[in-house]
Amino acid sequence: MDLVQISNQKKPTGAGKHYWRSVNELDGTAKLEGWLDQEFPAGPVNDSSRRQVLKLMGASFGLAGLVACRRPEEKIMPLSKGVEDLVPGKPLLYNSVFVHAGAAAGVRVTTHDGRPTKIEGNPDHPYSEGKATGLAQGALLNLYDPDRSKQVSEKGNESSWEKFGAFAKTHFDGVGNGDGLRFLSQRVVSPTLTSVREQALKKWPGAKWVEWEPVNNDNALAGAQLAFGNVVEAHYHLDQADVIVALDSDFLNLDSPTVLPARQFTRKRKVTEPGDAIARLYAVESQFSATGATADHRLRLRAGAIAAFTADLAALVGVGESKTLSGEKERKFLAALAKDLKANEGRSVVVAGPRQPAEVHALAHAINQTLGNCGKTVTFTQALAEPMLDGLKALAADLSGGKVSTLVMLGGNPAHDAPADLDLAGGIGKAQTSIHLAHNANETSALATWHLPEAHYLESWGDARALDGTVSIQQPMILPLYGGRSALEVVAQLAGLPSAKGHDLVRGFWQGQWPAADRERVWRKALHDGVVANTKFAEAKVTAKAPAAGAKAPGTGYDVAFHPSSSLWDGRYANNAWMQETPEPMSKLVWDNAAMVSPATLKALGATQGDVISITVGGKSIEAPVMVQPGHADQAISISLGYGRKNAGRVGDGVGVNAYPIRTTAGLHIAEAQVAKTAKTHKLVTTQEHFRMEDRPIIREATTAQYKEDPKFAEKMSEMPPIDSIYGYHSYEQGYQWGMAIDLNACTGCNACLVACQAENNVPTVGKAQVSRGREMHWIRLDRYYTGTGDEAQSVSQPMTCQQCETAPCESVCPVAATTHSPEGLNDMAYNRCIGTRYCANNCPYKVRRFNFLNWHKEDEEVQSLVHNPNVTVRMRGIMEKCTYCVQRIQEKKIQAKVEGRREIKDGEIVTACQQTCPADAIVFGNIKDPGSRVAKLRHQERNYELLAELNTKPRTTYLAKLRNPNPELA
Amino acid sequence: MADLAIKPPLAELNPPLVEGNHSYSTVTHTVSGIVERKTPKQWFIAISISGAITLMMLGMIGYLFLNGVGVWGNNSPVGWAWDITNFVFWIGIGHAGTLISAILFLFRQKWRTSINRAAEAMTLFAVACALLFPLIHVGRPWRAYWMFPIPNTDLNMWQNFRSPLLWDVFAVSTYGTVSALFWYVGLLPDLATLRDRARTRIRQLVYGVLSLGWRGSARAWRHYEMAYLILAGLSTPLVLSVHTIVSFDFAVSIIPGWHTTIFPPYFVAGAIFSGFAMVVTLMVIFRYAFQLEDLVTIKHLENMNIVMLATGSIVGYAYATELFIAWYSGNMYEKFAFLNRTTGPYWWAYWTMVSCNVISPQFFWFKKLRRNIPFMFVISIFVNIGMWFERFVIIVTSLHRDFLPSSWGYFRPTFVDVCTFIGTLGFFTTLFLLFVRFLPMIAISEVKGVMPAPGASERGQH
Amino acid sequence: METAQITPFAAIAEFDTPGALVQAAEKVRKAGYSKTDALTPFPVHGIDEALGIPRSHLGYIVLCIGMMGTAAALLLQWWTGAVDYPLVIGGKPLFAFEFSIPVTFELTVLFSSFAAVFGMLALNGLPRFYHPLDNARMTRRVSDDRFVLVIDKSDPKFHPVETIGFLRSLNPISTELVED
Repeated sequence: MDLVQISNQKKPTGAGKHYWRSVNELDGTAKLEGWLDQEFPAGPVNDSSRRQVLKLMGASFGLAGLVACRRPEEKIMPLSKGVEDLVPGKPLLYNSVFVHAGAAAGVRVTTHDGRPTKIEGNPDHPYSEGKATGLAQGALLNLYDPDRSKQVSEKGNESSWEKFGAFAKTHFDGVGNGDGLRFLSQRVVSPTLTSVREQALKKWPGAKWVEWEPVNNDNALAGAQLAFGNVVEAHYHLDQADVIVALDSDFLNLDSPTVLPARQFTRKRKVTEPGDAIARLYAVESQFSATGATADHRLRLRAGAIAAFTADLAALVGVGESKTLSGEKERKFLAALAKDLKANEGRSVVVAGPRQPAEVHALAHAINQTLGNCGKTVTFTQALAEPMLDGLKALAADLSGGKVSTLVMLGGNPAHDAPADLDLAGGIGKAQTSIHLAHNANETSALATWHLPEAHYLESWGDARALDGTVSIQQPMILPLYGGRSALEVVAQLAGLPSAKGHDLVRGFWQGQWPAADRERVWRKALHDGVVANTKFAEAKVTAKAPAAGAKAPGTGYDVAFHPSSSLWDGRYANNAWMQETPEPMSKLVWDNAAMVSPATLKALGATQGDVISITVGGKSIEAPVMVQPGHADQAISISLGYGRKNAGRVGDGVGVNAYPIRTTAGLHIAEAQVAKTAKTHKLVTTQEHFRMEDRPIIREATTAQYKEDPKFAEKMSEMPPIDSIYGYHSYEQGYQWGMAIDLNACTGCNACLVACQAENNVPTVGKAQVSRGREMHWIRLDRYYTGTGDEAQSVSQPMTCQQCETAPCESVCPVAATTHSPEGLNDMAYNRCIGTRYCANNCPYKVRRFNFLNWHKEDEEVQSLVHNPNVTVRMRGIMEKCTYCVQRIQEKKIQAKVEGRREIKDGEIVTACQQTCPADAIVFGNIKDPGSRVAKLRHQERNYELLAELNTKPRTTYLAKLRNPNPELA
Repeated sequence: MADLAIKPPLAELNPPLVEGNHSYSTVTHTVSGIVERKTPKQWFIAISISGAITLMMLGMIGYLFLNGVGVWGNNSPVGWAWDITNFVFWIGIGHAGTLISAILFLFRQKWRTSINRAAEAMTLFAVACALLFPLIHVGRPWRAYWMFPIPNTDLNMWQNFRSPLLWDVFAVSTYGTVSALFWYVGLLPDLATLRDRARTRIRQLVYGVLSLGWRGSARAWRHYEMAYLILAGLSTPLVLSVHTIVSFDFAVSIIPGWHTTIFPPYFVAGAIFSGFAMVVTLMVIFRYAFQLEDLVTIKHLENMNIVMLATGSIVGYAYATELFIAWYSGNMYEKFAFLNRTTGPYWWAYWTMVSCNVISPQFFWFKKLRRNIPFMFVISIFVNIGMWFERFVIIVTSLHRDFLPSSWGYFRPTFVDVCTFIGTLGFFTTLFLLFVRFLPMIAISEVKGVMPAPGASERGQH
Repeated sequence: METAQITPFAAIAEFDTPGALVQAAEKVRKAGYSKTDALTPFPVHGIDEALGIPRSHLGYIVLCIGMMGTAAALLLQWWTGAVDYPLVIGGKPLFAFEFSIPVTFELTVLFSSFAAVFGMLALNGLPRFYHPLDNARMTRRVSDDRFVLVIDKSDPKFHPVETIGFLRSLNPISTELVED
């Protein structure tokens, strides 16, 4: 029995379908709304990203049933054993694949009654290992974006897929050999789409297919081309390296794919006892990145000066002739670094970031080869694709030359995010017919003749090749909410292939690849595992030739560096409230981007934080608020892309500054700019306003040497007065005693846990205005502190969530006993008992309690409630909430154990949402009374300490002190 | 009253408590006259203004209920701000009334008689204003009754008696109830007077019912005096306990700046301080408005100013002690809390508090100034302001920067905060205006008890 | 007072100072009258002794009820916290005297105050909205500035004519025989 039957049984009638085609038509809703408005009328205090709780609760009851009929009708393979024992309300897990800017990562999707509610990493996928980045998890919310484009439109007028089909038939028969036909897609890593593309191009030999991603790895590919003569993909094995040099590379957070490097790196940083050696990381960068924050040595250098630095480094390790372009300050650093690298030949690696020019990449390869790292800490395979910028340039030329009659744009937002000097927006208008497929009717759709709604990846069939070649099948979890179609399906339709159904295309393609005998088995296994066996590329043997002397001394103006936003990437998540409210890991900035500068530069500009400055590159200029970033390179500005959208939707419109207008083909990543202060100011809002530790022992840190000397340094850092209770203590000996240990030495502050918690626990978003009042709701936050001076600052980050104190100060003060202690040591919150005195929050020394000051769900549309986890209450206004150690997950496993007739829950069986997704495995949860449990072992490490132990709160969450491994010569 | 007999000789040296040539009936007439005379037009003007302000307050509360606590400036970490500041401020005001009626009674301070009625009324109205806030500051006001130990059908749960907030609920509601009883018992004989003087049927009925048929029989007086004595005896520890328990809301917590053992005495002194300031403010106005200069003499006002001087100095001493202990304790969080109070983002609030509460009452060392009515009026206003700021400083500056700098924040009030507080001032004034219009604002029978019996001296009574 | 046949309720005499009243009261008691009372605008000291009125025992009532308040408070906190719905809160015990003190104190005071007020009213038989003495002309001014001495008809020595005569001998402002 398969899902077809299931869904048929459950399908309530057409009503469900009708409901889904247009959300507002369900007449019941109108009544509900009316009633709600009496109950909670809107007031001026509301702002755009609030959600409407009662509406949502009402809706989700109804929807649970309704969405059942949304299950895909093709056969897909649930991970759980067979669908026969499907229990309504019991989640099903499916493996699929999430493609992000050309990098595929396997995901495991949790669906409740056919609603995808949570994204986790697929443990079997090499680029996930069970973990997912904040972006990968947050992308889920786009599925339920109420602003998604809901129908086909022609020249802005309503149309339909049928009408489009008819048009396409006649039109594309008429394009002859396709001289005037151009395809513009995002990076294609789908083997099926690749084959469909080939068929299309065979049909129209004159046609051209161009790919564009505003944030891409062209430089890396070009660098490989320079170094090895052919385009290869470099794969770094950081877990093999003792010395790592990151040249403007934020491999721990920004430079996708980040999960794998983060895992490899942190594996090398974990220690169990003082003796253990840990890798040493050098970071040379302009903006302060998460990687720089983790580094043992960080050199702040203008993005434009890093090429020179690399040349010097290369010379010092014996590549090319020495030019010593770098300044005095860098020399000492260079010498020590070179020495350290030479001392670790074969066990070191130099990684260049995607924003650095090809020359730097080439030099890095050369250095690695000279140090004998190639084949050890860095290996190579064939690349998935060629650099894409030239293609786009050609397209732009053809467009302006009027050579293009039909332009098919598959996804993306080229009119908005293509290099400004190409003026693609203008070009698109020149094409007689332009077709644009997109999730949202965005800036580009406005210019296109036809706009087609695109299916979300959770709605459509597909496949994707990871950077190492591993193929995963993309399974849909839910039928397209708004009848969207995937790029694959559209191209197939245009090319007039026999079937334009994603399932048939993907299945058909792969069946063709496998021996007829066990096709079915391989297919089912591929779906089940989320990876297709033996599809990895073979290692490529390459040798780097001495690089051409390209590096030159940096210019004298300001460097402006463009990097993707850690929240909105290139802008594609602009309408995603989760991501908008996810703080930028270093500055904690939300709902905005800003021109990041060093304190010195701020002074030089005569500006103060929030002043608006104008940044001019080659005549074009933008105005952006300036924000001070300790540790940022002087005479340099970093600004993240993806903000300042005009057509994103109710959440993303007009948030932040659009940096694309000054991003040209010449300076795609780094450009020289003129900067001037304007009279305007702009209010920047952060989730953390104070970044000094005030000499308090909050995040405890030592060097490996100090650690060896005094293993118990962490405990000794807080002065413990003799404390006791007049009552004596409650004993927590019976049964499970839950606890958590967080290894600050592993945490990179990447926010993955924050988004995981948001999705798992239905944490609402509140919007900029409310965050500015300090009302953000995140149950887990990452506290960022700067140490050292403003310029040469170091930075540490600490995940902060409810500490589940055994003598919880919050409990004692609640007049109505709404927060009490469970026998298993959990600090429980009884939402329906809470009356909201906020006394508990006042008395919480860790300030982890979150209060629903207003009804955050007021403006929800029904579709937005589909994302909620049915196992977690959605909290109404006026009550307190906080981390529960994911009590719903604990209970689920306890019930499961009971059902299976087991006595004990195995260690590691229960994983909290934050722990589950942490790429660094920094968070460990378990039974602290079980000496064999991982958490107990960690708590027994000497580095273990309780935060604010002097208050006698007896927290169940403890921290393991951070370690740095500085180079003695630089100390 | 019993105190007629054991009047200390000192009292003879004191200036008379009733000035001018008054007989029993002129006292009766002066006081009752206020209630019986035709309502003056100024009264109507006053109450229409204060009534309008009260309506604004109700509007603000309605708006709050519809939208949630978010309409105020409260945030995380500052979970309590103007709401609890106003609560403590009003409760403090209340204390003077009980102090005058109970403690001064036990100390045989006969000068209290002409001000205790008004002061007690003030207590009641202040407590009414105060009680508003615990009820409306909660996130779900429709569930506020869960703070009382009423068997609860929703969850069958009980209250948490470890919570200082719950102690507060008991303390404040008890305080309100007992003050009301005390006040009413005091009113009985005067209500009887009004009944007997009543000319219209309606007055006869209303005051007749309210006076419960009091006839001033000697056999009744002895129970009455006993009851009054007991109530005074009970109110004295009660009034001390109330602000002690209010201070527990802070002292029992662990927040630096709250967690201090000095709070109970410090709060009680502050309460009496602010209360007397409010009594002076009101008395100066009303003795002028209703020509009561003979009954509320300059002597009364001077005494109250002396109490303000004393309590104000105690409060100042408490501020100094706090700072010293913060430094002496060597506790880094404590140290920072007070450094932040005096020099942090809210320094202006702290120094407003100090100058209003510590410096301004010091002028009362000079007899000239403490008998100067315009001057004392201004000072009393300053003290009211200063005491409001004291509560603001304690609550907000302690909360906005506690243990983890990552969660530090800043509180800004919204217009709803401001209007709600101003509204309570209007509410308080309205209640007081109604009181002076319909009830004797001076305890007639008590005043008669302390004035020399006219032409009775030769009978050797006094 | 339109009643046809006249039944006296009490004989009363009116004085203008507390002193006169007390002196007269002394004489009345010496004359052997026991069912006596006085109406005064404020509690006149010495009148109780003069008329031989015993001390009030309201205090004992208040004490008992106050103790009940104490017991009720402790019972409430112990039963709700430790028996009916025990919850571990802040690792503190289910019941302890330390945290029970404030509520216990408050409830004791509350109960006592109610006892004091309602006890007083009960002992005085209040509220009572009609009383024969109200028929007397002079009692109207008692709440203002008059002091009235009352000899009740239930007194064994009471005689409508003689008692009035005796009262006149105490040189009051006036005397009156109040009708029932």
